[in-house]
Amino acid sequence: MSEAVARARPTFVPRGEGWAGWMLCLPAVLSYLLLLLLPTLAAVLLAFTDYELGAPGLAWIGLGNFQELLDDRGFRISLRNTLIYVGIVAPVSIAGALALALLIEAATRGRALFRAVFFLPMVSLPVAMATAWQYLLHPTIGPLNAALAQLGIAGPAWLTSSDTVLLSLAFIGIWEAIGFNLVLFLAGLTAIPRELHQAAEVDGVKSAWERFRLVTWPLLGPTTLFVVTITMIRSVRVFDSVAVLTQGGPNRASEVLLYTMYTEGFTFFRLGYSAAITLVFLIIVLGLMLLQTRVLDKRVHYG
Amino acid sequence: MAEPRANPWPCALRLAFLALLGLLFLMPYIWMISASLKPLDEIFRASLNLLPETGGTLRNYARVFENVPVLTYLWNGVVVCAGILFFQLLFAVPAGYALAKLHFPGRDWLFGLVMLGLLVPYHVPALPLYVGFSWLGLLNTYTALITPSIISVFAIFLFRQFFKALPDELIHAARIDGMNELSIVWRVILPNALPAATAFAIFSVVAHWNDLFWPLIVVTGAERATPALGVLTFRSEEAGDDFGALMAASVIMTAPLVLAFLFAQRRFVEGIATTGLKG
Amino acid sequence: MAGIVISGVRKRFGDVQVLRDVSLSVAPGEFVALVGPSGCGKTTLMRIVAGIERHDAGSLDIGGRQVGGLRAADRDVAMVFQSYALYPHLTVAENIAVPLTMRRLSSWQRLPLLGRFWPGARATRAGIAADAAAAADSLGLGAMLGRRPAQLSGGQRQRVALARAIVRSPKAFLMDEPLSNLDAALRVQTRREIVDIHRRVGATTLYVTHDQSEALTMADRVAVMQAGQILQVDTPERIYADPADLRVATFIGSPRINTLPAEIRADGMVMVAGLAMGLRAEGAAGEATLALRPEDLRPDPAGTLPVVTEHLEFLGECTLLHARHAGLGTALTLRLPPGATAAQGPFRLGFSAPRALVFGADGRRRAVRVLEAAHV
Ligand SMILES: Nc1ncnc2c1ncn2[C@@H]1O[C@H](COP(=O)(O)OP(=O)(O)OP(=O)(O)O)[C@@H](O)[C@H]1O
Ligand SMILES: [Mg+2]
Repeated sequence: MSEAVARARPTFVPRGEGWAGWMLCLPAVLSYLLLLLLPTLAAVLLAFTDYELGAPGLAWIGLGNFQELLDDRGFRISLRNTLIYVGIVAPVSIAGALALALLIEAATRGRALFRAVFFLPMVSLPVAMATAWQYLLHPTIGPLNAALAQLGIAGPAWLTSSDTVLLSLAFIGIWEAIGFNLVLFLAGLTAIPRELHQAAEVDGVKSAWERFRLVTWPLLGPTTLFVVTITMIRSVRVFDSVAVLTQGGPNRASEVLLYTMYTEGFTFFRLGYSAAITLVFLIIVLGLMLLQTRVLDKRVHYG
Repeated sequence: MAEPRANPWPCALRLAFLALLGLLFLMPYIWMISASLKPLDEIFRASLNLLPETGGTLRNYARVFENVPVLTYLWNGVVVCAGILFFQLLFAVPAGYALAKLHFPGRDWLFGLVMLGLLVPYHVPALPLYVGFSWLGLLNTYTALITPSIISVFAIFLFRQFFKALPDELIHAARIDGMNELSIVWRVILPNALPAATAFAIFSVVAHWNDLFWPLIVVTGAERATPALGVLTFRSEEAGDDFGALMAASVIMTAPLVLAFLFAQRRFVEGIATTGLKG
Repeated sequence: MAGIVISGVRKRFGDVQVLRDVSLSVAPGEFVALVGPSGCGKTTLMRIVAGIERHDAGSLDIGGRQVGGLRAADRDVAMVFQSYALYPHLTVAENIAVPLTMRRLSSWQRLPLLGRFWPGARATRAGIAADAAAAADSLGLGAMLGRRPAQLSGGQRQRVALARAIVRSPKAFLMDEPLSNLDAALRVQTRREIVDIHRRVGATTLYVTHDQSEALTMADRVAVMQAGQILQVDTPERIYADPADLRVATFIGSPRINTLPAEIRADGMVMVAGLAMGLRAEGAAGEATLALRPEDLRPDPAGTLPVVTEHLEFLGECTLLHARHAGLGTALTLRLPPGATAAQGPFRLGFSAPRALVFGADGRRRAVRVLEAAHV
């Protein structure tokens, strides 16, 4: 009995509060079920069927789609390209943003201006900017190759040669991602107590490098971890630039996961197969999040 | 850091380096605008002159307005973004409040669902949603563009965290004054939610104005195309290699958000930083 | 052991002159407390001595060496910050070891990973760990070497900050309100510990506080600062009994010293409300202030201060009598023995004339002679 009393006391519920709580949540709950949970479950189930849009019926084929994925050279290329893309974009845009943030934070002059400049791609229509890049990187009329020609270098066909296309896309990806990471790093830097830097100086820290090692880097840990995870997740989702600039070409050299899923699903209407690709994509994203919360989180929080 | 002598980057070097890098960063914008003002033959000469030799022409812009329903695209973008934001706030603010401040059976369970939803990228439910909309005959409609995004678990999460930080006394005082839960949400919570709502609004509008994936799936043709889709169709169907017009169209479609950003820079950066860090 | 000599230091932030011509010297091994109201520039002065902030004018000398142009790392002083400024990612042992690591290991030996294998690194590191542990032990932190700051109580964190300061033998200690984040009981206890450390190590110490009782109980000498100026530097006893400036007299002492508007006549007599106080001041005639400590006042039918009782305040070890001067309306406070009761209605107060303080119109102290006949 005393147990019941003890449990009842802290959660004293005013009359009607339970009802009000559910009523206030109801629109969100209904739309959540209908627009998020149900379709997600359906997508998962779809991955185990041979459903094609317009086909009269569908059959449960178990792991058939995944079997096919393993044998599908196109998918393997797509997965590999995505990993390469993430492998380039994430490290470069993170390290670059960190360096930029330190440089911008080092003095007050021009801080707001530079922050705005590097942030600009975040708010620019990616499709439009992709077309701007297409012009910039155009093999014959593009300013980049024109400039290279002045130096006596024959520039490659950046976006239409299978040797350079992925690199060019990654470069555009870095350009897009760096501003966002920069803003996060700047927020992280301003959260470091100034007194810690000063204590370090009194303790005998003389060089910028030592200060970075002793104070900035460890205290930036949570921010860095977050930036690493979100940058990887965002770059796994690369779609716009591929859809606009290369459509996966030439010769599948720029085929990436989401674009493959899009073409399988909405060009060839093989929804079951496309759902299987989606599932692979989902597993990668979940894996990255798990890495953040389970493995790395413990190492950067000093609570 | 307070001592100038301890500063490893002599000021001038820092400024010069940042300025150079900033300029490189702006290259796509600079050349986009430059090309949009050049006549076609000049573009094809691939000269490195930024300024058009002929003193510039607005003919590219005129061509875009003649051949492309630019205003329709922009209007569609506004309708879609506004519609999505409206419903997102309408659903998320009360839910966020209830999850933060009310005690009711199943609350923790609901919050678990929200956390679960945060893990799922919006690309995942896209396939079944497409099937659903096509089955209902709703492709090429605002409904199809707006509906999938009206529920934002991220917004619920954001508002819940924000309301958790508000003092309970605020709500208790309102209850003592005799308000019911709905008017508490409307009169007490909503005004207090403004900072979080602004941050989220910026995040949401930027995301949906720029989104290509979903419009590409559910919209064909110009009538319901959003700016992102508009540029894409214009590029592949009409312009081809007419880079002058293409750049002009890009400038027009990019301008609204960029201008808004330039006017409310602080808010944008803070909005993206707070939503980014919470997300 | 080295002394600190600050002379003519000025500092402005934007258009606020925070320090105006501050001079102060701390002898080798001396403990000087710097007190003053909030915002008077104490922290700024301390940070200038530490080398965290730069001064606009004046000179700094630590241990006979001009340090004005040196950076913090080269000045060889230790500082305890108000917020402790512990490195949150390092353990207690590592926190305490930082100043030694930075000084004893070469930058090669400090390299991540590789540094450990650099010649001599192992032995030096062992020495550092031993010294850090010894410093921790001396402050009772021996059992907490492996913890992070977040796992410590406020008092323990404070002691880690102290240990980080004493682990090397710096030329001087600078402490900026190290006790202000502790609760009252802990504050008194840590106060003792700091005094003990000072006695043991004998290090030159400049200690900032806005708590006058801290300053009076701990320091060899107290420097009173106000609005960016040092008003007086003296032993605690003399700061209390013999203040050079009216602002020092009113800042030090609780309850506050009583001040009465007075006049110095041409013949030097000090008059309050037309009555002679039995004091003769030197120097020019004019307006003045008579200041009397609460414990120097007593009811005296033959006294020169007619007052009306307002109320009594029982404090335990004593009773405060709040009264008002009958003619001037000025409030007066007396410290009476605990059992005392007060006469209702008007009565008279006397004071111990040798302890009376007279200040000129400029606030500076005036020398006075006590007249033989108390009532003239
Ligand atoms: N970096 C700065 N920029 C501008 N003004 C400053 C700065 N640091 C201090 N000040 C100003 O200088 C004055 C003195 O500040 P300081 O911190 O030295 O006071 P303090 O005596 O330590 O006060 P407290 O007892 O509250 O710590 C204050 O008015 C403060 O506002
Ligand atoms: Mg201070």
